[in-house]
Amino acid sequence: MKRIGVFVCHCGINIAETVDVKRVAEEAMQMEGVTYAQDYIYMCSEPGQALVREKIKEENLDAIIIAACSPTLHESTFRAAAEEAGLNPWQCEIANIREQCSWVHTDREKATRKAINIVGTIVQKTRLNESLEPIPVSITKKALVIGGGIAGIQAALDIADSGYKVILVEKESSIGGHMAQLSETFPTLDCSQCILTPKMVAAGKHPNIELLTYSEIEEVSGYVGNFNVRIRRKAPFVDWSKCNGCGLCMEKCPAKVSSVFDRELTTHGAIYVPFPQAVPNKPVIVKDSCIYFKTGKCRLCEKVCEIGAINFEQEDQFIEEEVGAIITATGFETLPVADLAEYGAGDVPDVIDGLAFERLLSASGPTVGEVRRPSDGMVPKEIVFVQCAGSRDPERYKPYCSKICCMYTTKHALLYKHRVHDGQSYIFYIDIRTGGKGYEEFYHNAEEEEGIIYLRGKVAKIFRDGDKTVVWGTDTLTGRNIEIAADLVVLATAVIPKDSTAELVKKLRIHTGPNGFLSEAHPKLRPVESINSGFFIAGAAQGPRDIPETVAQASAAACKVISLFSRDHLEQDPAIAWVDEDLCGGCRICISVCPYDAREYDEEKGIVIVNEALCEGCGSCVAACACGATQQRNLSDSQIKSMVTASLRGE
Amino acid sequence: MSENMGLAPPKSPPILLTREVVNAGFKQQVNELSGQHMDACYQCGNCSSGCPLAQEMDILPNRIIRLVQLGQRDDIINSETIWICASCFQCTVRCPRGIDIQAVMDALRQIALDEGIDHFGPDQISPELAASVPQPGLVGVYRKLAT
Ligand SMILES: Cc1cc2nc3c(=O)[nH]c(=O)nc-3n(C[C@H](O)[C@H](O)[C@H](O)COP(=O)(O)OP(=O)(O)OC[C@H]3O[C@@H](n4cnc5c(N)ncnc54)[C@H](O)[C@@H]3O)c2cc1C
Ligand code: SF4
Ligand code: SF4
Ligand code: SF4
Ligand code: SF4
Repeated sequence: MKRIGVFVCHCGINIAETVDVKRVAEEAMQMEGVTYAQDYIYMCSEPGQALVREKIKEENLDAIIIAACSPTLHESTFRAAAEEAGLNPWQCEIANIREQCSWVHTDREKATRKAINIVGTIVQKTRLNESLEPIPVSITKKALVIGGGIAGIQAALDIADSGYKVILVEKESSIGGHMAQLSETFPTLDCSQCILTPKMVAAGKHPNIELLTYSEIEEVSGYVGNFNVRIRRKAPFVDWSKCNGCGLCMEKCPAKVSSVFDRELTTHGAIYVPFPQAVPNKPVIVKDSCIYFKTGKCRLCEKVCEIGAINFEQEDQFIEEEVGAIITATGFETLPVADLAEYGAGDVPDVIDGLAFERLLSASGPTVGEVRRPSDGMVPKEIVFVQCAGSRDPERYKPYCSKICCMYTTKHALLYKHRVHDGQSYIFYIDIRTGGKGYEEFYHNAEEEEGIIYLRGKVAKIFRDGDKTVVWGTDTLTGRNIEIAADLVVLATAVIPKDSTAELVKKLRIHTGPNGFLSEAHPKLRPVESINSGFFIAGAAQGPRDIPETVAQASAAACKVISLFSRDHLEQDPAIAWVDEDLCGGCRICISVCPYDAREYDEEKGIVIVNEALCEGCGSCVAACACGATQQRNLSDSQIKSMVTASLRGE
Repeated sequence: MSENMGLAPPKSPPILLTREVVNAGFKQQVNELSGQHMDACYQCGNCSSGCPLAQEMDILPNRIIRLVQLGQRDDIINSETIWICASCFQCTVRCPRGIDIQAVMDALRQIALDEGIDHFGPDQISPELAASVPQPGLVGVYRKLAT
């Protein structure tokens, strides 16, 4: 018979206020197999752990139960303590009497009885626990970063600098993401290109980074440390190994395609580079717009390309790679103006979004940094900015705050004032949110020194009247409605996840939240990890965020990858499913229920095996298996039965 | 929208904002006369919440500042608030943006007086009332006349 010790924690008053911890310890002493029981104010503190270690030895314990908080918090803490005292870590169990008892009850007597019951149930499990050893898993020390915005670039550079190989996959022909489109950046107003392009170049040249632009993820299989990735390299119809980026082809191309990079304020040819500072600086041909692909005639670019880099026969290529960790940094887009019916649904020419305004402000943009409105090129003298366009509107659009637009709108109004001295800008807002270092000061300066008029209220309607764009809003601070006949209106449209992210997460088997942004394992304590091991997340793909936050998060995700790679091998929890090969009939029901794809049919043996590296020990297959062939280690059917019996006896 | 289509005048007409209205000089005039900077006000409302006479005012002090920001001259110089203000300095010492609201009230009274709008004189106070009015109140009355 095992000698079990029970340690009951007060958790300060978190548990002790509602649960009579002394009585729990006394009652535990009466349970079969328990030879020692003791309560203590903070079991996780050093004196608490010392008590556990000391008693394991003194009392000659074979197993221990810590009646305390959730195992997600301190299971590893107490297993380490048990190991230090010479116990097998799987002989340490947690009885959760905080989250599942003291925090959710108020009646002290009933809560105490429930806590005793929980301990009794865990005693039954512990009696039958086996000693286990962690399962070693090898690691491929190469990372995959998906998305080459500032998040992906930063993460790739950090991992590469620490000596590990990185594959950086970007959908577009150049890395850079949205930051490449921005003019100057709040709150310091440094030019976006000037701080971004050196990083783009560094990523392009780094010996440890393999840059795969104009590429997409086709398929991902495997598990932490050992992923297999299939990548599609889309055909650019230009042999990049020959092309020297001279740009002659782009000058001659007669086709007209509106520029996504310039928010459709300009056009480029069917063969193009999105912007002059692109990395790599190599063109691609947009097949759907290319005159040759459409009509069979043209090939002008081919004629002018002196080194013969144009190749109309090129086909998509597929690359197979093995990597140990994957960072998803696929960024964001913004709600289309067309979705905002009351703001003209995109039909009023001088109603543009924030990114378009960035292009108008940008020295390398379509107006070389002069603010001119799209309809007739006039310099606007009355300009209205509308915040929360589609954000914070759970009834019709997005329920969340897009976080960056308060700051960039103030930046826009400020940069406008720097360029059009006699112009007047107005900002409609619901709240101004400036929670960042130097942000409140930036906003106050704009309000106080730049004469920007902030109007507190939502805009109800925007419409065209002659060459004016009329804005109907309100100002709750005066209690009066406001009407402005503006020359240009800029909407701070909601930040939304990149549309292709939904498809990508299915391939990766990671998760998104209700608004489509990538989910983190824990919002506070594991902010850059996905719940599935080996997957990390960074940047605006996880939720709206500005550059400082994006970069910090990207470095954090890189750090997690580096810490993973710094180990010789990984250790997988052995308390997972296993199959009794004699009992398995090969029905494969387990394959259909496993959420982690950990069950595989073994053709030779005619049974279904468990991929130990993928199994998370959720128990779905164990419950589904009709012949009892699949069992979970340390949660066997007999353990569960005796736990149920014990818990029913308790009431 | 803003035209009156033969109906009674609208009770809450929209403010038609233009850069002329905002910059027509009213805000600048108040800034100059008071030595204060109207755009510094971020509408926290502290001036109003601490004002001992707020309950007697038709427009609270923070909203007076707001109307100056938007160039709404007429609303302000016709308001009772500027005359009810006792120049007690409560708002001035509390404003987190360091605005001397009392000085703004002085400036607004001055602009109103220049237009011949007057709401108060010491002769309107009976000796009995004067005896019961707290001293700061009386000082305030004379300050108003001196501006
Ligand atoms: C109008 C506006 C103004 C702004 N101004 C500022 C400012 O002044 N200061 C500031 O700090 N922040 C500002 N921001 C915020 C800033 O743009 C973001 O913080 C930053 O761009 C986020 O970087 P990211 O790498 O996470 O995402 P992104 O920049 O969106 O990059 C994501 C990258 O991933 C690629 N990608 C997407 N899907 C896939 C896929 N399936 N496969 C491969 N690649 C993929 C995309 O092509 C893109 O290159 C502004 C944002 C806007 C909209
Ligand atoms: S002309 Fe040829 S070498 Fe020059 S940019 Fe075009 S494809 Fe490259
Ligand atoms: S950041 Fe500001 S403008 Fe943007 S949604 Fe949030 S509150 Fe609205
Ligand atoms: S206390 Fe100052 S900042 Fe606040 S509302 Fe009054 S004047 Fe404005
Ligand atoms: S000075 Fe005038 S506005 Fe300011 S608190 Fe006193 S009475 Fe109120």
